[in-house]
Amino acid sequence: MAQAIRMALHYAEEHLGVTDIFGEDVGPPLGGVFTCTQGLETTWNSPLDERGIIGTAMGLAMAGARPVAEIQFCDYIYNTIDLLKLAGNTLWSSNGQWNLPMVVMTPVGSGIRGSIYHSHSFDATMSHIPGWKTVMPSTPLDAYGLMLSACREQNPVMFLIPKALMRVKGDEPIPGEPADEKQLSKMIDAPLGDRSKWKAQWPELSDAAIPLGKAKLVRQGSQLTVVSYGRTMPLVKKAAETLAAEGLDAEVLDLRTLWPYDWDAIVESVKKTGRVLFVNEDTEVTNFGEHLARRVTEKLFYHLLAPPKVLAGKFVPGIGLADTLEAASVPQQGDVDAAMRALATMQP
Amino acid sequence: MARDAKKLKPVKEFKPLITKSDELPLDPERLRFMHETMVKARCLEERLIAMYKSGHGYFWIGGPGEEAFNVPLGMLIKKGQGPAFDFCHFHYRQSATLLAMGEHPLGAIRQMKNTATDPYSGGRNFAGHFSKREWNIAPVSSPIEVQYAMVCGTALAQKRLGGDSISIVTGGDAGTAEGDFATSLVWSSRPGEELPVLILVTNNKWGISTPYGQVQGVERISDRGAAFGMRAKTIDGNDPISAYLELKEAFEYVRTERKPYLVEARVSRLYGHSSASGANFVTAEADCLALFEERLDQHGVRSKDEAKRLRQKYTEEFAELARQAKEEPFPDGGTIWNHVYAGEPGKDPLAD
Repeated sequence: MAQAIRMALHYAEEHLGVTDIFGEDVGPPLGGVFTCTQGLETTWNSPLDERGIIGTAMGLAMAGARPVAEIQFCDYIYNTIDLLKLAGNTLWSSNGQWNLPMVVMTPVGSGIRGSIYHSHSFDATMSHIPGWKTVMPSTPLDAYGLMLSACREQNPVMFLIPKALMRVKGDEPIPGEPADEKQLSKMIDAPLGDRSKWKAQWPELSDAAIPLGKAKLVRQGSQLTVVSYGRTMPLVKKAAETLAAEGLDAEVLDLRTLWPYDWDAIVESVKKTGRVLFVNEDTEVTNFGEHLARRVTEKLFYHLLAPPKVLAGKFVPGIGLADTLEAASVPQQGDVDAAMRALATMQP
Repeated sequence: MARDAKKLKPVKEFKPLITKSDELPLDPERLRFMHETMVKARCLEERLIAMYKSGHGYFWIGGPGEEAFNVPLGMLIKKGQGPAFDFCHFHYRQSATLLAMGEHPLGAIRQMKNTATDPYSGGRNFAGHFSKREWNIAPVSSPIEVQYAMVCGTALAQKRLGGDSISIVTGGDAGTAEGDFATSLVWSSRPGEELPVLILVTNNKWGISTPYGQVQGVERISDRGAAFGMRAKTIDGNDPISAYLELKEAFEYVRTERKPYLVEARVSRLYGHSSASGANFVTAEADCLALFEERLDQHGVRSKDEAKRLRQKYTEEFAELARQAKEEPFPDGGTIWNHVYAGEPGKDPLAD
């Protein structure tokens, strides 16, 4: 996925007018702690100052530039919340005068044993900040396509990257990507050691933008709807296969864009199945899944065969380092399997 | 017991570069424009306060007492839209600057009354929270010092463009305690990547009710520039001639050198922080307008009678504008969905 983001940013530099890709360690030689920005033309290293990063992105957007700013881990974005609120209300408070075409990308979530300050989620908090569009891909192809759309937006876009999926290879290739992954790596991964003379050899990429606000139907099913995004998405997909062997037929939606989200897709699916589970890993109190569950309850009550459910992270102050602590804090494969099975078979 | 506030030394002790208070080194026409704009700004703020006090607005905040600094500032700005012109990242005490740039006072009055016709926010924001994209005036917002985090973004675009446009940021002394002030110093002075930013601080010695000297130990805020190798100075913001000449020097440096300059101006706060503290005239602080009128009269540039007539004229004019604004409608409640996203029709996203 890191390579997909890099290729999308290259495409955006070449074709979509992106002028600045910046943040802590984003420029050479490192190209980002997850390598998402290696080999790009417009990258630069910023001071270690998250508020400066968001503020500068806002200023650049005001002056007609098109920035993509990175916050190295979403754990460190919290001191910028009022600037994120400002970016989200600048158009509104000026009664339509100032729009801010800017992208902020940041790795989120657990899965790398990142302990208390490299495991935070940010989707629930972000869903409390109006005026932004928020995306969270679960596959490299989606990351590529959503980034292209984000870089075309006239409004601020928060691009959440599930860090557990940063190194996954997608089932579907990015148009133009060489089939051989070693070849791709040779072309666009910076070499170890001296990189001062290295230049990326970009494949011929094409525009495979995925519109914001459109969910992906990952699996068709008839007995249960599961809506997820980010790290938990592959878990849901696998659980659906497991359950299929048990004769339980789950429909799976990857929301992909959290705001504005694809309500129509949820309605269509829940009307068909009558059962819905929302899965994500942010803390479960005032979780984004709770909003979805409330809306489903209010709007689709008479279509439901069972109460809408939310499976999310435990409401604890952090995710502990030990494997056992992380596993106890955020949904794992077994939790997803169990939650889906329970809801699919729940009887009044 | 609270620690005694350390008293700031008067600015005169810092040997301003240019001022000689016994001379008027500007042409009379410019001086008269400067004075008239200061009068306008004072009358406008007093009208806004009167509106607040008579129930025609919920909250007042503004900059009466800072006219001697804010008017010269407006006179030096290259206004226009886009990076080829100056960008203004202001706080909420800048009405005099807008008037000096040529803005009509009716907009400020409409914003006070939160009418749909308010040109800055359509009735959404407080008085003094200007926004005017045609002139690169970024939306003023209430959180203190956030504008200092944004100013380097516009300056970076300007530096790349070439030309002589600059980014200007204003705020008060209290806000310099925020990290965003440090952000503007750090980001504008990256070695080899210096940015054309004019960093301004109006030091009125107060943060609402807290004296500056009680909570900050930096004697001169401009001294903080030295650590970043940037030009910096403290000037007398109560003297419009001095302020004009000192600002002009700073503007010219930033325009031509494409590097930052930090200017601290010592100013008065004549009606308190905001309506929350009563918005009553303070007699204990120097009134820059009265002092300037004394000098103009002495030098035969404008008599006290003439100054008085101007004051009367604008007082009446703005009272009339306020009467006009009072008749204008508030924004329709249904408009709250407008301008959440650019390029998209406003609608309730949860309405089915």
